[in-house]
Amino acid sequence: MQPSVSIQNLKLDFGSVSVLRDLNLDIGQGEFLVLLGSSGCGKSTLLNCIAGLLEPTEGAIHINGQNVTWAEPSDRGIGMVFQSYALYPQMTVEGNLTFGLKNAKMPKEEIKRRVARAAEVLQIEPLLKRKPAALSGGQRQRVAIGRALVRDVDVFLFDEPLSNLDAKLRADLRVEIKRLHQRLRNTMIYVTHDQVEAMTLADRIAIMKGGVVMQLDAPGVIYNKPANKYVADFIGSPSMNFFATTLDSTREPKVRIAGKDVYLTGYEFTRPGISGDVWFGIRPEHIVTGELADMAPAQFEVAAELAEPMGAETLIWSTLDGAPLRFRVDGQMTVSPGDMIRIGFDPARASIFDTVEELRI
Amino acid sequence: MADVTTTMQRPSPAHASGPKPRRAFSRRNIMIYSILFVLAVYYLLPFYVMLMTSLKGLTEIRTGNIFAPPVEITFEPWAKAWSTVCTGLNCDGLSRGFWNSVKITVPSVFFSITVASVNGYALSMWRFKGANVFFTILIIGAFIPYQVMIYPIVVLLREMGLYGNLGGLVLVHTIFGMPILTLLFRNYFSSVPEELFKAARVDGARFWTIYFKIMLPMALPIFVVAVILQTTAIWNDFLFGVIYTRPENYPMTVQLNNIVNSVTGVKEYNVNMAATLLSGVVPLTIYFLSGKLFVRGIAAGAVKG
Repeated sequence: MQPSVSIQNLKLDFGSVSVLRDLNLDIGQGEFLVLLGSSGCGKSTLLNCIAGLLEPTEGAIHINGQNVTWAEPSDRGIGMVFQSYALYPQMTVEGNLTFGLKNAKMPKEEIKRRVARAAEVLQIEPLLKRKPAALSGGQRQRVAIGRALVRDVDVFLFDEPLSNLDAKLRADLRVEIKRLHQRLRNTMIYVTHDQVEAMTLADRIAIMKGGVVMQLDAPGVIYNKPANKYVADFIGSPSMNFFATTLDSTREPKVRIAGKDVYLTGYEFTRPGISGDVWFGIRPEHIVTGELADMAPAQFEVAAELAEPMGAETLIWSTLDGAPLRFRVDGQMTVSPGDMIRIGFDPARASIFDTVEELRI
Repeated sequence: MADVTTTMQRPSPAHASGPKPRRAFSRRNIMIYSILFVLAVYYLLPFYVMLMTSLKGLTEIRTGNIFAPPVEITFEPWAKAWSTVCTGLNCDGLSRGFWNSVKITVPSVFFSITVASVNGYALSMWRFKGANVFFTILIIGAFIPYQVMIYPIVVLLREMGLYGNLGGLVLVHTIFGMPILTLLFRNYFSSVPEELFKAARVDGARFWTIYFKIMLPMALPIFVVAVILQTTAIWNDFLFGVIYTRPENYPMTVQLNNIVNSVTGVKEYNVNMAATLLSGVVPLTIYFLSGKLFVRGIAAGAVKG
């Protein structure tokens, strides 16, 4: 099956600054792809290139098998939703929805039918006669999605659509976007810097840094088996704990942490047999305490330095082997600074990276 | 020590609740209002003298105090200034100049704003190649003194056959309004979110559709500012009017000068004052009618450079 969107050797320079470097990406039909990265990584630039709002320096973009590299945004079969909603302030909601269709000289009945359908899908029928200024943030973003919906396109582009909303509304609309995708089965490309949005929505996540895709995989793989240290550090909150240590693979593979040998039983090596300096990473949520710690293959005793109660759980800051260590305990447990806590983890769930290229071992 | 702390903190009285009461005659208010009053008097006094003088007869002017209100109010000088006072060979008063000024100002304002708004829109939204160079050149134009260009323009207009016509003067005003108006519109359109422009492009709108359907309706305040700036500037213009037109096409300002500065006969102060006030009526009316919009538009245009 041909990919829905295919990006080939895409390069974009702003003057001497290279924003996208030789980027290749294939997005399948009906796939929900999230472009994730910190600000300035080129994710929005890539989306604007796909939309045709920025011209690439080199490379080609195909949508549904058509080469659209030089096509106008409106001729590409895309709909786009922006962070600031970008609703036309002087038009009513209906005017906003129909603007693109009128530009395309579509017959009146067809416009009516499409607006009715979009309004029904997004439940904005009572708002059709209102101006954007009379809508709440969530309603505005729904109208903005509706504007993409009426165009009846194959590919939806979202540019941080939920970043301007408050936390609760963001969670609600996130679910709605997911529901919309399940109902419409369109290809969706979604730019965000929020990893929760990325993890919950995506079929696949592309993590970008400096104009390069660092890893492109399903959310579970990115979380459990990050391809490099940057991805490991970026995904997960609080982020992964790292220890600089030495990997010894001469016999049974092991690392040394705080004077103890930790045997990597069950760890799935990407590149077996390597020895030397490594980063050993373990996620805070994979560190257990209490009775569970006694059963864990690797066990340590650490002093709590700081406790951050979050309700359901408490985040403990501590130090192990000279490196900062974060882990979670039950929210009902009271921890004071200086308390000794017994922790444990399973090295099979760890991530190990070399210190040169910081790639997964 | 104890005294210092109590004066420093000054606790609220026990019954305090709601907004803090403010005294109308605080030292600060007296200062502000007296300065404002002095300034207002300073600017209004000449206007007062003009108005009073224009309503007096000549004998009363010669004998009386210039600040004294007229004993006998007469509208004779106003009528004379409007319809019968002589400038050169014409004796049909300022009315001729008034209609000339209207014929100059209306098309000049219309054309300069139309072109400048499209310029500003194109420069801020459609960053074409060389846009910055083009804009810089345009802005430099605003810094070249008019005097340098007077003679070359005379030659240009002559070659085009427009010299002495109202059409020629309209062209000159349109061109000279371009740098500052383009800057005004460019800055205003730069403050319009770029995503709005992108959304319109995704919706299939092209250059003119975006301009007319999206940008124009949003730019009303800045259009008001531009209309005010241009109307007052062109209405008050003297230099271009006197150079590029013939006597029968002279705008009101030139005619006013000719009336006030005529050296023959008796100086009719009351007619001169009435004529001056008549010339100022149009810009004044525009300011009074659109003061609020003007301030809002100036503020909106100044946000981003």
